[in-house]
Amino acid sequence: MQRHNFIEWADQYLRGELEPIDVQAFEDFCQSNPEYAQIFEEHKTFLKTFKDNESRNLFKAALGEGAEKVDFFKTEEEKDFGTKVISFWSKLQINTGIAAAVAVISVFSTLWFTGYFTDVKKATSDYSALRREMNSVKRNVTAQNKVLQNINKNEKPQKETPSHFGATGFLLTKDGYVVTNYHVVNGADSIQLQNNKGKAYRAEIIHTDAEKDLAILLISDSSFKNSKPIPYTFKKQLTDVGEDIYTIGFPRDEAVYGQGYLSSNTGYAGDTIAYQISIPVNPGNSGGPVLDAQGNVVGIISGKQKGIDGAAFAIKSKELIETLNRIPGESLKGNIVLNNKNALNKLSRTEQIKKLQDYIYIVKVY
Amino acid sequence: MSKIKNILPTDVSDAEIIEGIAQGDNRFIYRIYKSFYPSIAHMIVNNNGTDEEAKDIFQEAVMVLYDKITQNKFELNSKLSTFLYAVSRRLWLKQLSRKGHTSNTSDISDFEDILHVEEDIQQHQEVENKFDQMNEAMNQLGEPCKTLLKDFYIKNLSMQDITEKFGYTNSDNAKTQKYKCLQRLKKIFFTIKIKE
Repeated sequence: MQRHNFIEWADQYLRGELEPIDVQAFEDFCQSNPEYAQIFEEHKTFLKTFKDNESRNLFKAALGEGAEKVDFFKTEEEKDFGTKVISFWSKLQINTGIAAAVAVISVFSTLWFTGYFTDVKKATSDYSALRREMNSVKRNVTAQNKVLQNINKNEKPQKETPSHFGATGFLLTKDGYVVTNYHVVNGADSIQLQNNKGKAYRAEIIHTDAEKDLAILLISDSSFKNSKPIPYTFKKQLTDVGEDIYTIGFPRDEAVYGQGYLSSNTGYAGDTIAYQISIPVNPGNSGGPVLDAQGNVVGIISGKQKGIDGAAFAIKSKELIETLNRIPGESLKGNIVLNNKNALNKLSRTEQIKKLQDYIYIVKVY
Repeated sequence: MSKIKNILPTDVSDAEIIEGIAQGDNRFIYRIYKSFYPSIAHMIVNNNGTDEEAKDIFQEAVMVLYDKITQNKFELNSKLSTFLYAVSRRLWLKQLSRKGHTSNTSDISDFEDILHVEEDIQQHQEVENKFDQMNEAMNQLGEPCKTLLKDFYIKNLSMQDITEKFGYTNSDNAKTQKYKCLQRLKKIFFTIKIKE
């Protein structure tokens, strides 16, 4: 057998291309011909080296490629480190948040308990709007009183609906326009006006002037009939300091008369919209008319200064007229024509009050 | 499928890496670099080495491991990281002494070798020489013999394919060519070996 034929045969044997019979034949041949077995061994070893070399070269090349990527791995490692830092922070975040929340809460609760905020309020504003908060105790007391008064009359006590705020308002015109303070009706769900006979009417807000603290309402209740002509007039000029003035308001459910004098031409903190007046007023007087001795409306009670005796404030009637003139026509139902015939000036104070009472309402805001 | 195959579990045991190298799975190279390179690079860079030198040393150390795995039945007596570190350290010290650095290496040269890797390195050098010869022989062999032998013995192409690819008239002709090429390669290979 020629050498190269044997190598060919050996290759086929190694590649497993031979039939089982031939495999046997090849192995037998090698067994019986030691010199060929030797050649076969050498051939096999050489091929192994040849093949190993190839895969080794591939591995080496891959390793070399890997080295080029090392920098990439490195940056990845750094990235890992970065995420670690972030995760560390995200762990701390909750703790930090809780710590901050606790600090904030403790600071503010301490300030609250030590009365810091009430002091702040006092320092920033000692102006107090005179709307009456109708809390349940007060209402219960009045209800009780009524029951006591009517104990023999066998009348069922009227069921009172809970009201949140009470104040005073008075008619501008006989067809149902009423003025009160803006702070009274601000945020109101519904407004009821109750006259001195206990009759209540629904009213709606026509116009508000937050700057001047004025609100114009219109009685929208069908049961309301035009009242008799308004007996008072509205003074368009400023009133002099020292003028004798009085008011009627509802600091409780009964009308309360208060008398005093005009003490300054400016209101709280130099406010030129208002007068300072010296009439004892209480929450609930807000929106009440301030009249001079002749029965002209000179102002509308709006507030008082806390901690100072006899310092109440009333918005000038001049400002009211300005506000009325500024109401856009489309929001009105018929013009507001102010009465200019004074029916009070000849009357004594008690007569004036009797006449006035029909035109002054309790404003109840729900 | 191939994508799923390419994803290796993040924690690969030493045995798995060795198995992967033995089977010629090059995906493990990424693992090797990621797991073992940083500490070795650190050691070399802190001992008068550069990043480039660190890479070279590390590659050689991995080749020592490769030869150990592929040439013999490899039994791991230590952690793979320890082995690679010891080999790298040995190789680096050798390179430093060749370069004439004797100072400033106290912190790695003063200590006893953790492992006796000298033998492994020796063996690697021999294997390296052997395969260098083979590479050299292949280079001297030239085309088309080089491709023909690779196609037949490594890619396992059939004689018929080779006949068509190289444009031989028949497969007997191709077989003769293959035999001649192989004989020439053997001749070159063994001549170089004697020279050395």
